[in-house]
Amino acid sequence: MPRADLDTLPLGAAFYRQFLRHGKTLMASPADLLNPLLFFFMVITLFPLGLGPDPQRLSQMAPGILWVVALLASLMVSGKLFASDFEDGSLEQLCLAPHPLAILALAEVLAHWLGTGLLLSLVSPVFAVLLGLPAQALPVLVFSLLLGTLCLTLIGAVGSALTVSIRRGGLLLSLIIIPLHVPVLIFGSTAVIEATLGGNPESWLALLGALVLVSVALGPLAIGAALRISLDNG
Amino acid sequence: MSLLIATDVAIERGDRPLLRNISLQIEAGELWQLIGPNGVGKSSLMRALAGLARLGVEGDIRRNAASLYVGHSSALKRALTPVDNLRCHPACDVTVEYEQISAALRSVSLAGYESVPVGSLSAGQQRRVALARLPLSRADLWFLDEPFTALDAAGCDWLERQIAEQLAKGGAVLFTSHQQSQFGAQQQNLDLAQYATR
Repeated sequence: MPRADLDTLPLGAAFYRQFLRHGKTLMASPADLLNPLLFFFMVITLFPLGLGPDPQRLSQMAPGILWVVALLASLMVSGKLFASDFEDGSLEQLCLAPHPLAILALAEVLAHWLGTGLLLSLVSPVFAVLLGLPAQALPVLVFSLLLGTLCLTLIGAVGSALTVSIRRGGLLLSLIIIPLHVPVLIFGSTAVIEATLGGNPESWLALLGALVLVSVALGPLAIGAALRISLDNG
Repeated sequence: MSLLIATDVAIERGDRPLLRNISLQIEAGELWQLIGPNGVGKSSLMRALAGLARLGVEGDIRRNAASLYVGHSSALKRALTPVDNLRCHPACDVTVEYEQISAALRSVSLAGYESVPVGSLSAGQQRRVALARLPLSRADLWFLDEPFTALDAAGCDWLERQIAEQLAKGGAVLFTSHQQSQFGAQQQNLDLAQYATR
């Protein structure tokens, strides 16, 4: 007895609504958006204090520093991606939705990335200048972080989905996802190093792009399966 | 066709068996109440029947209709307004317009709260927002876990009307409650005490 006045929700609309739901929740708590940026800024400002103010040395180490700090900032926020959904019961409703859980989870991850990874990538030149990264490497830094943070967020979301039902699952989460973060870190920071030395970063960026494609294709499936397992244990 | 057929279902929580040998067949227009003391496994059985829990559930459960589950957790985002919460509900299966949502909110006496964050509403009001999904859904099979909790008399009346409408439309409702409901002979009870393994 389908109700005549209510139309079936197409998959695209369901994706958009889930995206909107998470996006609006993020916008409503600016602290969650600013925390990773603040973390990034604080750690970056500590490095010159620890390493000494030699501009030569700082600009040499800048690509690695920027990438490691971006990775840690992403680790910090992506671990909590599904925590509030688990607590308020949104997750069980998500699992009952008529649409594929993987697609709906991807919408949520994407909204999360726009609020964290994208923002971080776009402001990264400011932090890079603080460390004296050569100007010619700035576009490569932004581009590699755009690709890299999307990848890191998807991997982090898998870890978050797996550990969401575990109390104090933070350490376990890091153990699961840091090894998977390693290739992203290597490709990303090497691309920036190549750019600072005037070399050609394209091949490293291409590898990073391949990682993004793989994680966009497989990540949501893993997230969906992990969420169902977590819900069973919760 | 039966909306739900469960055959020989057994539930365990952790390593402890809770219930066994439950067979249940729900037809269109039927109202079922799960009864039994606290901890007997009413919510666990309901989650299993709704398809939420698979671990520790044995037996065959078939749902032949779209289902809707309202549990103890509201699934509401505290930062979002009731309208956003209902429009972007994670289990939403229909296209709902603003007018339909505001009509649903009016029917649960929440007119005027359309743009107030859910977090600043009272527990009873949040419960009403969660239940405002009922008239906005077209699922045939409703699973309502303690739906009368935190509702005042008017809210309970509203919910009973919703359930009656759902049954009249040919849907079916399965609910748990500690209250005596007003449905009388219309409803069928499943007393879980007789299936308990302890």
